[in-house]
Amino acid sequence: MSLLGDLAAKRHIGPADIDAFLRSHRFPLVEGRTVTFVFVGAADEVRLRHWIAGLPPSQIFTRFHDSPMWTLSIDIPEGSRVEYKLEIVRGTHHQLIQDPLNEELARDPYGANSVVFGAGYARPDWIGHDTEARLGEIQELKIDSAAFGDTRDVLVYVPARFRTTRRYPLLVVHDGPDYLKFASLRTVLDNLIHRLEVQPMVVALTGSSNRLVEYANDERQARFLVDELLPMMESRYPLLPQPAARGLMGASFGGVASLATAWRRPGVFGNLLLQSGSFVFTDIGPNDRGPVFDPVVRFMSEFRAAPGRPADSAYVSCGTYEALIYYNRSIVPLLQSTGMHVRFTESRDGHNWENWRDRLREGLTTLFPGQLMMVYE
Amino acid sequence: MAHSRVVVLGPQRLQPTLALAVASLGLQGRLAAVTAGWEEREAEDQELAAHLAGRTVNLALYERADGVFRYDTELHQATRARQDRIRRSQELYRVRLAHQLEAARELLRRETRPGYEGLVPSQLEGAILGLRALDAEHVERIRSLHVEFEQRWKPFERESVALQRRELEATLADCAGLCIAGGNVGILLNRLRMFGVLDLLRGQPIFAWSAGAMVLTERIVLFHDFPPQGAGDPEVLEAGLGAVSGLVALPHADKRLALGDAARVSLFARRFAPDLCVALPARTRLDWHELRWSGESGARKLCADGSLAEVGA
Repeated sequence: MSLLGDLAAKRHIGPADIDAFLRSHRFPLVEGRTVTFVFVGAADEVRLRHWIAGLPPSQIFTRFHDSPMWTLSIDIPEGSRVEYKLEIVRGTHHQLIQDPLNEELARDPYGANSVVFGAGYARPDWIGHDTEARLGEIQELKIDSAAFGDTRDVLVYVPARFRTTRRYPLLVVHDGPDYLKFASLRTVLDNLIHRLEVQPMVVALTGSSNRLVEYANDERQARFLVDELLPMMESRYPLLPQPAARGLMGASFGGVASLATAWRRPGVFGNLLLQSGSFVFTDIGPNDRGPVFDPVVRFMSEFRAAPGRPADSAYVSCGTYEALIYYNRSIVPLLQSTGMHVRFTESRDGHNWENWRDRLREGLTTLFPGQLMMVYE
Repeated sequence: MAHSRVVVLGPQRLQPTLALAVASLGLQGRLAAVTAGWEEREAEDQELAAHLAGRTVNLALYERADGVFRYDTELHQATRARQDRIRRSQELYRVRLAHQLEAARELLRRETRPGYEGLVPSQLEGAILGLRALDAEHVERIRSLHVEFEQRWKPFERESVALQRRELEATLADCAGLCIAGGNVGILLNRLRMFGVLDLLRGQPIFAWSAGAMVLTERIVLFHDFPPQGAGDPEVLEAGLGAVSGLVALPHADKRLALGDAARVSLFARRFAPDLCVALPARTRLDWHELRWSGESGARKLCADGSLAEVGA
């Protein structure tokens, strides 16, 4: 019998029974593939709001045996990570809240969502601080950009034990500050470099205050990265000169910016790490995602017609709960057709920063493998 | 040729035991240090020097090799060409190894499957013999590349190398022992071999840990059961310097090997038998003396039945 069934089997469910039930379990309840969300409180209606493509975005809770408790059970496959909020309806008032019974939160630039882990999801052991890992450093630079006509801030991750006599690969990251804040990129780099799983590398963390424009195949972005940022980085840091030692990385529109830059300037960056890229295209008619996507769709039409060979290798990942999964699955054979070496991973997750965090090890070790088998310190 | 006295230690970075080991042999005076496995960071040996109370003299093999290569460009090019051929040979060996290892693992998986009773052991024995033959062939192939290189370029007879060897010999003559740290096992091996460092010793004991321990063995085995990509197949790099016999040194085995996976442990132990495959976590000590091994408590070997047992048990 399910945990909820045990409670339902009681002849009368009083407040003390509910209190005891709440105290003795973690919520949501995860029993195999069945996840049960619970809310206790005054409401006319309670809904689950989530971002799983393919499921109705709002699912209604039912009151549990005339008690003040509301429940909703849904099927969540093993290994899933699902972010959600509760929508509490009282009269005409609708309020989106984090799940009061769940302390697990996933943060993003818009705040935080509650998160539930399906059975079998394992939090990676390389995303938290490792006391044995030597720590890299974040340096702050400013770059006057003729392309954009303004001054840009760039954060630079410099690996532990950095030496000017050695030369390093360079990874350029779109939405870099968000990767630091919401995907633990600094700690991930420290840990993976310490474990020798990725090469010690210099990482340029770029940002944009107008990313929906600048990341949507904007010629200025390619010019900024290739003609301004790259020469500046090469003048300040000892970097390996070959394209195979350079990479572009980004998620969502950052993925589009990475691909578009590599496509506009082939032969500069040999590696692409593309996470949940917003590679929206249409085969007929206009796109249904609004004008923000118009330049992306135009780019994808041009790219699909003449992909060239934007880079040598790519790691592509996308969550199966994202509406973008179709586009990301589509781009893999297209990239492969150019002769690129492509690795593609699907995860049971959505369009969010922790999904992108959880894929960093696979992506970085695919493109910049360390000397794991050769070094014994 | 086997050395008379070698002390093999666990990794030293977080829990150093080297000073204790040195003291246990009653050594006085200076100690030569090799940190070439740290590559460009070779000279950053302050912690090691402090641990040994400032008694170390770094032999600076990495820096010396750089100097030789800058001066003797012909030797540099020849060395790079040799290393390129070694790397490619390793790739080809790895292709064959992956298939043979997978075959052995598949046999192990079928060992307990209904219908296969009694059929697997002899097939598995054959698979293990095949692995040993492949490993031996690889060692021999790499050895022949080195022999070919040495016969053609005669590195010890070149002034660029001979000068460094004379300096090293003089330095070592004043030292009571040699300490070899870990790092990149390939780089470390090549630098020690390039200057024939072990041949310059006059019977002083050697203390070695991590990659330093690996290079002293007869056969260097690279290993990691949890790589982010691939199957994590243990592979033979090439013959080591042979200062000790009968040992496969496995530093950080507690972190790098699935020691709780009896099938993997068993296959590893059987493949490299009769050598002792010894896990060398921090604070471990193994002594090679009068051509025999002895271990302090804590040093564990991988056994053919998939278990771990104390060395000497």
